[in-house]
Amino acid sequence: MKRATRNSLLIHIAAAVVALAILAPFAWMIIASISPQSTLIAVPLKWIPDHLYLNRYAQIFTGADNGAQTFRSALRNSTIVAAGTVTIAIIVGVLGAYAFARLRFRGRKTTLMVFLASYMLPQVALLIPLYLILSSLGLLDSVVGLIIVDSALVVPFVLWILSNYFMTIPEELEEAARIDGTSRLGALFRVVLPAAKPGIFAAIMFAFLLAWDEFMYALIFTSSDAAKTLPVAISEFAGRYTTDFGLVAAGGILAALPPIVVGIIFQRYVVSGMAAGAVKG
Amino acid sequence: MSVASVESAPTRSPERPVRKRKREKQGRLAFWLLLPAGAAVFGVIVYPIIRTLIISFFKVDSALATDTPFVGLDNYVHVLTSASFWSSMGRTLYFTLVSTALELVLGLIVAGLLNAKLRARWLFRAIVIIPWAIPTIVNAAMWKGIFNAQYGAFNALLSQLGIIQHYQAWLGDPFTALNMVIIADVWKNTSLVAFFLLAGLTSIPGELYESAKMDRASWPRIFRSIVLPMLVPSISIVLVLRTVEAFKVFDIIYAMTRGGPVNGTQTVAYFAYTTAFSDQNFGVGSALSYLIVLVILALTAVYLRLLRRSEMSLL
Amino acid sequence: MTFTIKSRSALAGLGLLASASLLLSGCSVTGANTSSGGEGGDTGTINVLLMKQAGYSESDVATMVKDFEAKNPKIKVKTTFVAYEALHDKIVTSAPAGTYDVVHTDVIWPAEFATKNIVADLTSKFPAEWKTQMLGGALATGEYDGKYYGVPWGPSTKLFFYNKDMLAKVGATPDDLKTWDGVLAVAKKIKDAGIVQYPLAWSWSQAEALICDYAQLLGAFGGTFTDSSGKLIVNQGPGVQALTWMKKTIDDGLTDPASVTFLEDDTDKSMASGKTAMELNWESTFRDLQDPSISSIVGKAGVMQTPAGPSGANPGVNGSMALSIASKSKHQAAAWKFIEYVTSEAVQDKFIKSNMSDWKASYTKPDVIATNPEVIKAAGSAYDSMIPRPPMPNYNAVSQTLQVEIQNALLGKKTPQQAMDDAVNAANKG
Repeated sequence: MKRATRNSLLIHIAAAVVALAILAPFAWMIIASISPQSTLIAVPLKWIPDHLYLNRYAQIFTGADNGAQTFRSALRNSTIVAAGTVTIAIIVGVLGAYAFARLRFRGRKTTLMVFLASYMLPQVALLIPLYLILSSLGLLDSVVGLIIVDSALVVPFVLWILSNYFMTIPEELEEAARIDGTSRLGALFRVVLPAAKPGIFAAIMFAFLLAWDEFMYALIFTSSDAAKTLPVAISEFAGRYTTDFGLVAAGGILAALPPIVVGIIFQRYVVSGMAAGAVKG
Repeated sequence: MSVASVESAPTRSPERPVRKRKREKQGRLAFWLLLPAGAAVFGVIVYPIIRTLIISFFKVDSALATDTPFVGLDNYVHVLTSASFWSSMGRTLYFTLVSTALELVLGLIVAGLLNAKLRARWLFRAIVIIPWAIPTIVNAAMWKGIFNAQYGAFNALLSQLGIIQHYQAWLGDPFTALNMVIIADVWKNTSLVAFFLLAGLTSIPGELYESAKMDRASWPRIFRSIVLPMLVPSISIVLVLRTVEAFKVFDIIYAMTRGGPVNGTQTVAYFAYTTAFSDQNFGVGSALSYLIVLVILALTAVYLRLLRRSEMSLL
Repeated sequence: MTFTIKSRSALAGLGLLASASLLLSGCSVTGANTSSGGEGGDTGTINVLLMKQAGYSESDVATMVKDFEAKNPKIKVKTTFVAYEALHDKIVTSAPAGTYDVVHTDVIWPAEFATKNIVADLTSKFPAEWKTQMLGGALATGEYDGKYYGVPWGPSTKLFFYNKDMLAKVGATPDDLKTWDGVLAVAKKIKDAGIVQYPLAWSWSQAEALICDYAQLLGAFGGTFTDSSGKLIVNQGPGVQALTWMKKTIDDGLTDPASVTFLEDDTDKSMASGKTAMELNWESTFRDLQDPSISSIVGKAGVMQTPAGPSGANPGVNGSMALSIASKSKHQAAAWKFIEYVTSEAVQDKFIKSNMSDWKASYTKPDVIATNPEVIKAAGSAYDSMIPRPPMPNYNAVSQTLQVEIQNALLGKKTPQQAMDDAVNAANKG
């Protein structure tokens, strides 16, 4: 009995330490975003500012100046790009994953390997040719162009997660439906998908985070508020010779909130969505 | 849409044609099901991959070069004989090994905690998700501020605790800067690794723990003979994923240090970028990119061999 | 064969076709051909790529565009703003596609862009009177190899900032700061009086900032980066003297040793928080030092032209920007009209608050001076003579080499002469 409580205590202390290590840097960023610069650069540092300096947030949300407008547009663009990428990746991924998981065909494993191998190429290798393609299609500086290139990045991952998960759904479920005369595709939609919710949510979360995070392509392929995403907008908060770290922090926090919310909502699916796959031997 | 050709199929028994027809139909269906994914991925990247490969065999020293002589493997030789390539490769290997090792060890601990009976487990899991969810650029900006030589929180903390006398420039020395970038990277990615490993942990059947406890096995023993072997699939996935990511690392370098000081944080992918865009040497930059791919493939093969998995697909 | 293999071989065949067509098309591998864009008429839409974060703000430019379009109804202007860090790479990436007609360029890029044919030669378009009406140092911003590749738009140099309070406490005046020897003497007095531990701070981090500081000291000792044939000569006389001088200020305890990790932001903040008495920094620093939300020395900051060295010269480093025309632009005539307009004296005077003017006459107009008297007084004469950084096509690599070697000397790892010899050998090889 005593040993169990001692273990439990140790575990809770360890968890508290980990939580602190995670929250501390983030908390400092929050504090920095509401401290005036003079407090921020003072030595020794005063951890909590005397009075809250909310100008930066006001500036970002309601300011008419271009930096604020760019940020708000970037927020919109990031949302559109992430949503579009997730949609395409899931639709395309579900179909493909079903093929990998249920159908037997020559080169099945090799094909999945080829998809995953596309992940091994550094982004810089494809930069100029992709720029030229997008330019000739008139897709530069457009959210559509970004959705297309981000999907290419995200789909292999989604395929892999979903194939793994589909393989853990017993075939008997579909057999039952097929005996009643449903086609394969019908069985996919009516039987497999509902059973695959955890896997699908896990895939959605992965895809969303990847698309929201994407930086290099957004940096090179976009230039105006029409398509700039948040990572690019934030990198522009730094001045050429001087930087207001508080402003960078404020922008960073706002940019991190949507994925954090998505992450918190979907995290329980991540575990079950991947668990089944990991067991496969 | 054509029918699969039957090359050498001596019709021995009546089942054979049936099985083959079934496979044809499955193959056909698979083709159509995979076509959208194939188009989404390869429709976008095949042309760039080939074009970059071709460029790597030419001397291209300007974005608008009109005279681009064919030089065969010269660009590759140039890369392989340049000292900056080897030093950036060394740095990348160091970055990869250290960050992956740290993420694996710390991730294992955090995964164990995530799996444990905690009060308010949902709160703990929500907190652990945060570093994973924070965009890389925001993470880089945050750590750049923390390590700032003038007003960073790290300096403030250490000096107020009396550990250091003067504020240090953590990103000012090449090797220290590399380690600081590793810290930033590990902070963000440990939670991802932890969740991957957690998935593996939760699939270990409870009975195994029960029988081990009945045999009065100690925790280290349980870990070594039950947990670790059953986690091998998850660990191998994580190793491959993180290694590939670490070798391609770019965003965090761009946002934290721009490869400096004096190339101290210049990893191979960043080196390829500066070769292509700052020096406008696209031929060499393209060759560099493909060499990176070869190294990644080699490392992946080594891992999988070591962990005795012959495929990472459909694990 | 199954479908997957068939589709893979189809892909491979497609790839071969693509590469074959590429090779057979006779174009170069970049797809670029020798056509260099066209003049175009007076009509059309021009795309302009500009820098944000410093200089003219986006609303400034929007006003300029509106006025320009009103005067030139057949030309439409579309502007794009990117961070300075992304500007160079964006110009390079967009060059083959000809996305932009007008691009904002930094003074260190004409050599590279001209030799790689990224920007057009504008010498023939330059009116003769510009050579006398524009400040001499600014005029050279877009110059390379005797030709002009850009029109100056916003001169910039490093000025010398000092804390008036600290000076007064040791009985010194700004006149004492006119030479570097004088600066050191005042610094010693400030240090001895215990006012601050390190009176001087510099941006000597391993970055372009270091080359800018070094350039001003090189100029103060009467030297230049390159000789007439374009080879680096910093390992002779003034080049080594400047570096030795820099190292000595660290050894004498007058320069904050952390300077070797500082960027301009750090020296700015160090001065704003009262830790530093004197610094070299860009004009915009003055605004920060007078901003109560940032600075604790509001009203105590003074600014003047950079001090002179033993040679008596005191050129500031040329950190200006210019507007260039992309070589593949199809609307070069319209682009030139736009550039002519926004770089004109009238427009620059109108927005003098955001950026300095390239024209000599501006610095004599009282209403212009009144907008920022201290800085304009210092800057006006500073822009007349500026020292450029080495105009070499591979400037980026040369700068990196110089940064490493200068740092080697500052950190005591090599003697200044050794460091500069190594730098020159490496740079002139490549």
